[in-house]
Amino acid sequence: MSLALEINNLNFKYSEQTKNCLENLSLQVKEGERFGLFGPNGAGKTTLMHLITGLVSFKEGSIKLVGNELKQKNKTINNLFGFVPQDFSFYQELSPVENLNFFGAWCGLSKTEIKTRSEELLETLNLTDVRNKPVAKFSGGMKRRVNLAIGVINKPAVLFLDEPTVGVDIQTRHAIIDYLKELNKNGTTLFYTSHQLHEAESLCTKIALMDEGKLIACDTLPNLLAQHKAASLEELFLTLTGKAYRDSDV
Amino acid sequence: MFKLWATIVKDVKILTRDKVGLTLMFAMPVVLALVITSLQVGTFELVNDNKIPLLICNKDTGVASKQLIQALDKAGRFNLQTTVDNLDAKQIGVKMNEQNALVAIVIPTNFSEKIKAKATDVSGKALNDFGVKEKSNSTSSTNLYAITFYYHPVLQSSYRQSIQGGLRAALQLVESKQILQTLYFSLNEKPLPKSLEDEIVTNQIRIDEVPVSKDGSSAIPNATQHNIPAWTIFAMFFIVTSLGSNLVKEKLSGSFVRLKTLPTNYMVALLSKQITYLGVCLAQVVVIFSLGVWLFPVIGLPALNIPHSIVALIIVSIACAWCAVSYAQCVGVFAQTQEQANGFGSVSIVLLAAIGGILVPSFAMPHSFQFLLNISPMHWCLQAYYNIFLEGAQVNDVLKNIIPIILISIFLQIISLGQLKNKNLL
Repeated sequence: MSLALEINNLNFKYSEQTKNCLENLSLQVKEGERFGLFGPNGAGKTTLMHLITGLVSFKEGSIKLVGNELKQKNKTINNLFGFVPQDFSFYQELSPVENLNFFGAWCGLSKTEIKTRSEELLETLNLTDVRNKPVAKFSGGMKRRVNLAIGVINKPAVLFLDEPTVGVDIQTRHAIIDYLKELNKNGTTLFYTSHQLHEAESLCTKIALMDEGKLIACDTLPNLLAQHKAASLEELFLTLTGKAYRDSDV
Repeated sequence: MFKLWATIVKDVKILTRDKVGLTLMFAMPVVLALVITSLQVGTFELVNDNKIPLLICNKDTGVASKQLIQALDKAGRFNLQTTVDNLDAKQIGVKMNEQNALVAIVIPTNFSEKIKAKATDVSGKALNDFGVKEKSNSTSSTNLYAITFYYHPVLQSSYRQSIQGGLRAALQLVESKQILQTLYFSLNEKPLPKSLEDEIVTNQIRIDEVPVSKDGSSAIPNATQHNIPAWTIFAMFFIVTSLGSNLVKEKLSGSFVRLKTLPTNYMVALLSKQITYLGVCLAQVVVIFSLGVWLFPVIGLPALNIPHSIVALIIVSIACAWCAVSYAQCVGVFAQTQEQANGFGSVSIVLLAAIGGILVPSFAMPHSFQFLLNISPMHWCLQAYYNIFLEGAQVNDVLKNIIPIILISIFLQIISLGQLKNKNLL
């Protein structure tokens, strides 16, 4: 199976920091996988996701997305992936349809493609009834679904999700997880970070743990649990990263 | 092109849903133009059309004072109001307030006699010089009693001097007439014929006034013609509070993060904002100018005279609008928070308006401040509009006038794009 994401010897630090934020990191995600990246606060998960999605540029190491080198800074590579950030990344003044129309156009879709895809997504994520209402008036769960819909409007090969279910009720969480599984069945590789470890157990086919900018474990969940004699992902997490607070430098 | 269109649609929708922002962008300049024009219209009329109310307290009973009053009346500049002759300085002040007179003069007792004495003295000296009359040892005084000139403190020095100039001209006429009559009588022992007197004294060389404008029109600037373009420019630049904070809001919001991950350059978003706000500025021009043309005359204010060259007006409006948009964009790019964009944006606009001649006409500024005019884009915008409204500039003329506006706009665009590039946002 070919690789959806390949990271080799990636080093990175922010200009204002002396210590590397990511240390000689290498990682492979196969096409069709549901890959979960976990770690305590400040481990470097969000930084890694920002590097992969091109939000932050790097000098040392390489990142390949579906075989394309990211360093070339070619905007066409951005068509290959979708990104669902942790923050609500849309215009609150606009309705779901208006947001989808705008972001669809920025993904390079035609008017007809946007219309078809929007109808599909609104129906699947149960947003049809509120399609023309401003998102500002929505509940947290509805906003999460809008956030997700925009991230997948271009049917990406790889979907990056940064805590996609934070702050939502059980029903919405299940709906989102089910939708992500469905999306994966149709060929989209998922790259997911979260602090919701129970959710990850049911969603992810492969798990990586990061701490202090380094990859400390990467395998399927059953293998990891067996290797470290842990009963759950949470126990494994605490065994490998400890119980001390991980407040990042301020 | 579809991306740009979709972005413009998005920006227009966000803009039109911000009712407070829209009100600020359209209602505020309309109210300002209306209020300031109403306040200034009296001053402009005083300078341009109205006769100056002049209160005269004549304590003299002779002919010369009557001639002086007649000369002042004939000059056509004054609306004469005579009062009783026994007023003191305090009572004159009260009378001026009662009769809304901005200036008053007191013609002293024996004014006519003193004029006559001076005429006799001057003509005597002249005849001595000609050798017609023997030199006398007369050292008669030619000092006249001063005419006291009272004025309202609101009158500026230059305006006061202009009124005094009119007064001196009338006095000169009376004195000249008297000297001429005395001289003629001394030489001919008969009074100066009326026809000759008119020929010499009143038949003065005419001064023909020709207003110099590019289209030959003779429009006189009034409060409307100053305030409508001035407050339209102010309104255009005041979009900084909307566009500037809109840019910051987008930069700080999650949507910007997503935009950066999409296969479209952020330049499309910048271009869309420029087109959208260019439209807003041009809509402001249409709304405020329409009020000047149609509403102002209905409520008793002078109407705005639309210049002959509409194309020139459109070109200048687009140039000014682009400059305002470039300024707002620059503020939005450099500001870190919405508070910074709004605070710095609005304060800087008021300052640029002040030094650009929007709040205070540039000619009224101290000389040391006048060099600052050049750094205010609003000054160049106002000059470009003045050239159309007051000088009847045509398309060729405005192309020269908008060069500084275009240069400032390009400069603002370059530093905005440089900053975005520097921050890795482009």
